[in-house]
Amino acid sequence: MSTPLSGPGSATQTPGREPVGSRLPRSRDDAPITVTGLAGKVLLLGLTAGVAVWAAFPLIAAGLWVGLALLAAATAGLFYLYLTRRHIPAKYLVPGTLFLIAFQVFPVLYTASTAFTNFGDGHRGSKDDAIVAIESSSVTQVPGSAEYALSIATTGDPATGALVFLVTDPGTGAVSVGDTDGLRRLDPADVTVAAGGRVTAADGYTVLSVGQASSRSKEITDLVVPTPGGALRSSGLSRAYEGTAVRAYDAGCDCVRDTETGQTWTADDEAGAFVAADGERLTQGWKVNVGLANFTRVLTDENISGPFLSSLLWNFAFAIGSTGGTFLLGMLIALVLHAPRMRGTNLYRVVLVLPYAMPSFAMLLAWRDMFNADFGLINSLLGVNVDWFGHPWTARFAVILVQLWLGYPYMFLVATGALQAIPRELTEATSVDGASPWQSFRAVTLPLLLVALSPLLISSFAFNFNNFNAIYLTTEGAPFPADNPANGATDLLITYTYRLAFGGQGAQFGFAAAISLFIFAIVAVVSAVSFRRTRKQEEVYA
Amino acid sequence: MRIRTAGVVALFALALAASGCGGDSDEPAAKDTPKAADGKLVIWADDKRTAALKPFAEKFGQENGVTVEVQAVSKDLQTNFVTASQQGSGPDVVVGAHDWIGNLVQNGAIDPVQLAAEQKSAFNATAIRAVTFNGQLYGVPYAQENLALIRNTELAPEAPKTIEDLVATGKALKASKKATETLCLQVGQNGDAYHIYPLYTSAGGYLFGTDANGDYDPKDLGVGKPESIDAFKKIGALGEKGAGVLKRSIADTNSIATFTGKKCAYLVSGPWAVADVKKANIAYDISAIPGFAGGKEAQPFVGVQAFYVAAKGKNKALAQEFVANYTSTPELAVALYNAEPRPPALTAALEQVKGADPDLAKFQEAGRNGQVLPAIPAMAAIWDPFGKAEAAVIGGADPTSTVTAAGKTISGQIK
Repeated sequence: MSTPLSGPGSATQTPGREPVGSRLPRSRDDAPITVTGLAGKVLLLGLTAGVAVWAAFPLIAAGLWVGLALLAAATAGLFYLYLTRRHIPAKYLVPGTLFLIAFQVFPVLYTASTAFTNFGDGHRGSKDDAIVAIESSSVTQVPGSAEYALSIATTGDPATGALVFLVTDPGTGAVSVGDTDGLRRLDPADVTVAAGGRVTAADGYTVLSVGQASSRSKEITDLVVPTPGGALRSSGLSRAYEGTAVRAYDAGCDCVRDTETGQTWTADDEAGAFVAADGERLTQGWKVNVGLANFTRVLTDENISGPFLSSLLWNFAFAIGSTGGTFLLGMLIALVLHAPRMRGTNLYRVVLVLPYAMPSFAMLLAWRDMFNADFGLINSLLGVNVDWFGHPWTARFAVILVQLWLGYPYMFLVATGALQAIPRELTEATSVDGASPWQSFRAVTLPLLLVALSPLLISSFAFNFNNFNAIYLTTEGAPFPADNPANGATDLLITYTYRLAFGGQGAQFGFAAAISLFIFAIVAVVSAVSFRRTRKQEEVYA
Repeated sequence: MRIRTAGVVALFALALAASGCGGDSDEPAAKDTPKAADGKLVIWADDKRTAALKPFAEKFGQENGVTVEVQAVSKDLQTNFVTASQQGSGPDVVVGAHDWIGNLVQNGAIDPVQLAAEQKSAFNATAIRAVTFNGQLYGVPYAQENLALIRNTELAPEAPKTIEDLVATGKALKASKKATETLCLQVGQNGDAYHIYPLYTSAGGYLFGTDANGDYDPKDLGVGKPESIDAFKKIGALGEKGAGVLKRSIADTNSIATFTGKKCAYLVSGPWAVADVKKANIAYDISAIPGFAGGKEAQPFVGVQAFYVAAKGKNKALAQEFVANYTSTPELAVALYNAEPRPPALTAALEQVKGADPDLAKFQEAGRNGQVLPAIPAMAAIWDPFGKAEAAVIGGADPTSTVTAAGKTISGQIK
């Protein structure tokens, strides 16, 4: 940690002021200051300050003062940390920690908090949002009412003065001025009316241009001029109509009332919707906390828990199959090319890495078309008529085959690297001891390879466990059992989750988040167990 | 020292979590500041429409002294729009299919549009009905589309009157090696409810009943009812274990290509396929999709493309002006038609382009008896299970148990 030799002076010292080498280099705190180092520091801290200012504006606008205080404290902390010559370990740790929090911890926490809500289509916003949406979507034109030509005007400054509507009755041509108090007739002598009926000038009023008016859009849409039949509202900037809001929220009963039919929908804060006595719901709902409902639904709804378990099994099979298969194939090829008698290895290596160089998106789509039962390359090449994606096992075989093709070059590359790191003397020594090549491979090469590759295998497993593209771009989870459209034979948990969250039946983010947490837990446990075992293995062989 | 390091780390953690938390919700507030609302209209559309909209949007901007920005969102426009508008970073106007309306309304993402009676009457009545949801007009339609039967006239000179006719001709062509497939109707591994729907209705099936107002009633679900099972029996008979006319190997990726490759004489597709067919220099004709002999009419879905006013747009008054009073002009409709040949919903625009493009009238005729694609949110529950049941039945599964299960799944998802 900080060396006892560093005096208090070094903390207060501004870097760069001190001439380089003016003091004896007694500790790393006194490491010489270079121009590049200084420039880098200035640049990065400047960037930090820039990001902080950029992040501050939205926080101020939203009135999130706690967030702002934290932001200021964090920025000050960063500046302190990198301007002081102390806290060397923290200087290294903090950037990584920040990124870990931003890209790992925060998403997990956010997902976890979503999992306890009914966030999804129809339940996205707050209750207030829902009320506004219900009321504004219930504004209807009063039957038989007239359509007025509209001009937006003000008595004061175009940018700030109070707004009024200048409306022309299409039948009589009479011009009125309307504000929140109601409509008043204007003297025809005081107004100029254009051919379409719109007022272009009026004494005592400034008619706003479209540009001026549109910058006050919200005031215009909010301006409601009461009339005997309802209220005048704007329809754009050139027409006004007489309309009434049929549905209104009543805070007294916490319900929405239809003024025409008298029907009421009472707020149900557990469901996040306005529900009528007969169970009918208004379409616009809001987001509410549903507690553990999403989690219990995964476990108790037999339409979900059954497929969830079978998906889980296949998910493991797929991840193990893809990882293990690619590893075996990649390692075999690496061993073959590693053999001293092998010729032309570079050429082979180039050819072998080709699948790895192709974008996997395009390759997955190409493989999907190759497996097409009637027009696909595979059936016509082999002269067979297999309905590849139509049967559970052929479909599973096909996706693993595709993964094998896409994934072995990577394993080949890493295995080649690891093999070259194993000293030849070791295997030569075993052969001197009389071991067969297989025995020496089993006893020496493979364990050493595994020590090097285990972390990669584990991360590859974790990646394949959630390999969304592999399934979604080929089978989309098909084939589906005839009686269950939710969960197909090749569905991974992640594709299943995606379908729940964004699929045909509308978004269910809350529920999808709950399943994501299950997946997260499974992957975390598997990885933790494997890493522990790897460590033991390393202790034996390293 | 160690404690201090931990403290600093914890502080950063909190700060980052806080700023991260704010990330979603602070966007709108930031853009609500008066500075941002400077008379700018933002429109989201897909790639093709963006190109057609740009000149008109610019013209609208110049005439009115405002800036108009047309942004292309090439993928998942609907989902992106809902998410963005919820965060307050969405556009003022969005262009999309009418069956989005149910979902957009339940998420409070779009506002009703008020059109005067004479504006409404300038549109095709079906198009207006399609954008009406819960008795409110939610968008201004500009184009209409439906499926039809596109036929290679060299291989099949006569338009088939029934599916049986079509199968007989197709089989003869196969026998004489002139074609390898009977019918190019996309199914895919997971089915395609949109493309099978005409056959489903012809065989007597329905999705939702209608209530007294003529609106779709989510409580009266047709999938799983005896009519739907009978319909799927007929569809299954055309499937892989039966006549081999419908196949899962024909999917959205290859159905048009198979037709333009002259491997089949018939293609069931929409106006979007015509460009490819023309490019492949195929002599073609367009007619209504035939129904089963003795069955009902084959009714394709009629879909409408429309302009919507975003409920949380920053410049709603201008957006309403653009959508309600500007997009209903024939010039814009014709320009959008030129960008992608779908029949305009505006009667005047249709008349204008009809003469130069006989296909339009044929598509319209093919969709004359069509059903407006349901826009109710419950429709979202249909697509996936219905399609998968279709794929299973075409692959040879038992229609009764398959369709009953699909009906159960769908009704379980309708809240």
